[in-house]
Amino acid sequence: MWKTILRRFLVMIPQLFILSLIVFIMAKQMPGDPFTGLITPETDANRIAELREEAGLNDPIVVQYYNWISGVVQGDLGKSYTYKRSVSSIIGERAYNTFLLSLLSAILVYLIAIPLGVLAGRYQNSFLDKSIVLYSFLSYAIPTFVLSLIFLFLFGYQFEWFPTSGTVDVSLEPGTMDYYWSKFYHILLPSITFALLGTTSIIQYLRTEIIDASGQDYVKTARSKGIPMRKVYSRHIFRNSLLPIAAFFGFTITGLLGGSIFIETVFGYPGMGQLFVQSIQSRDYSVITALVMLFGFLTLLGSLLSDIIMSIVDPRIRID
Amino acid sequence: MEQQVEQTVVAESTPPTGFKVILREFKKDKLAMFSFVFITLLIVGVMITAFFFVDQEAAMKINLLERYTEPGTAGYILGADEAGRDILVQLIIGAKNSLLIAISVTVISAIVGISLGIVTGYYGGFVDSLFMRIIDFFMTIPTLMFIIVFVTMIPKYTTIHLILIISIFAWVGTARLVRSKALSESRRDYVNASKTMGTSDFAIMFKGILPNLSSIIIVDLTLSFAGNVGIETGLSFLGFGLPPSEPSLGTLVSYATNPIVLAEKWWVWLPASLFILLMMLGINYVGQALRRAADAKQRLG
Repeated sequence: MWKTILRRFLVMIPQLFILSLIVFIMAKQMPGDPFTGLITPETDANRIAELREEAGLNDPIVVQYYNWISGVVQGDLGKSYTYKRSVSSIIGERAYNTFLLSLLSAILVYLIAIPLGVLAGRYQNSFLDKSIVLYSFLSYAIPTFVLSLIFLFLFGYQFEWFPTSGTVDVSLEPGTMDYYWSKFYHILLPSITFALLGTTSIIQYLRTEIIDASGQDYVKTARSKGIPMRKVYSRHIFRNSLLPIAAFFGFTITGLLGGSIFIETVFGYPGMGQLFVQSIQSRDYSVITALVMLFGFLTLLGSLLSDIIMSIVDPRIRID
Repeated sequence: MEQQVEQTVVAESTPPTGFKVILREFKKDKLAMFSFVFITLLIVGVMITAFFFVDQEAAMKINLLERYTEPGTAGYILGADEAGRDILVQLIIGAKNSLLIAISVTVISAIVGISLGIVTGYYGGFVDSLFMRIIDFFMTIPTLMFIIVFVTMIPKYTTIHLILIISIFAWVGTARLVRSKALSESRRDYVNASKTMGTSDFAIMFKGILPNLSSIIIVDLTLSFAGNVGIETGLSFLGFGLPPSEPSLGTLVSYATNPIVLAEKWWVWLPASLFILLMMLGINYVGQALRRAADAKQRLG
């Protein structure tokens, strides 16, 4: 098994290299450099040229790439033009918010999808199954931003059940119980929206897996030994079908990251997705570059995680 | 008597093919039939109205006196936006733009994806494994972010650019699917027979294999068409799609990022949202029905 995991790691290295190369070339194509934001009418043009020379902007492109990538590896992502602060500290603040939102969404996705998938597979062709299939179709077809807006309009503004933007009620004192409750309350509606739309693949996978498994020989054997169907499902089939679900975790992360751009924009939630949209609008190129690199890295990590989990739970994958 | 028996045997032994299967599937699934008719009428209706009955110049003129006119008053069936422009007219123009972009992206990515997929799947070998690496890479990068960054990097930005940028990422899924199917198809006997007869590779690929993949390709294209509508409207919603002078459905929805519009001026953003919603549901539902028709195990009819 270690061999498989190691090999999977090795595959990721060239992927990361190509990703960094693309991001670097992209960053070079963007107008402006780290000193564009510092220029004021009083700035001496020679001083800027000196600064550029010192920062290595006149170096050969390979050297520049090397300097940039070694900075990235050490967590130095440059300086933001608009905030005049280091990019890593800006992203750090936002990353925590996005992490909270994604965590709750991921929990909700599994809480919704697993029971529904199991029920749909267990009672195939029943009314319940048909409703669940319809729901999974809806969650596949509805675009994130449309559902988020409609939910925000209905539950935020019309019924006033949920707060409409931000992460926490600012009047509350940090550290108190109310403060944490308010935080939870603020991410609840975005997470529910997220979770409702993110369940499709898990439900469909579980449903077909359980239906397929119920026709297998081991199920017939168990039945002929006189084990009641209820027990065959709970002891044999579910155990087999549920394990691979763990591997969806990586893809869930990927989906959450992509969706966070829309969800955070709609719900006015200051996470990395919103930061990305804002930095694009303010042409804050160093933040954009850092975020693309980070999201790319995280999605690669997500698929790596999925493959590793899969190879742990399913020995057939490990065959070389 | 004997003839009759023979006839039934013949009828049973030839499975229905192509459009007959699709037709049967749609007859069995009334909702799919309805979706198909609905989507077709919608697309045709939008195109005809937008091209022959709507004056875009006049519609986009700013008229501050009629700002946020409520629906149903003073000739505004669906009301007006913050600049006094008719929502209904914008809806039709927006739908036309969104649909045209989605169609163009689907066509471009279909041509690129299908030809690359068939060629690599048919020849296999080193090029194929390299190609798969590239595709795997495309599948794992955050596509949406790259599209947004590309959009903002282009200086003189037009609709054509938008179509091309989305297409850069849209062909990957189709190519992957077609490649895997072409790979298994190229091991079949009829391909080998064709080779021994001296048929050129080109003819085998595009006259032999391609028609056998047509049902899967149709399913894939329908679903990716829906996906492309989603991507374009989503980008326009974020403000990185069509330029503001060319309204898209997403542009209309994006007015809702202003909380006052979202909470009180629902007629500005809700019609476009529902339009996108219905269109996505319809196209996807047709796609699902087609998928069932293409897979004998899942057929209803």
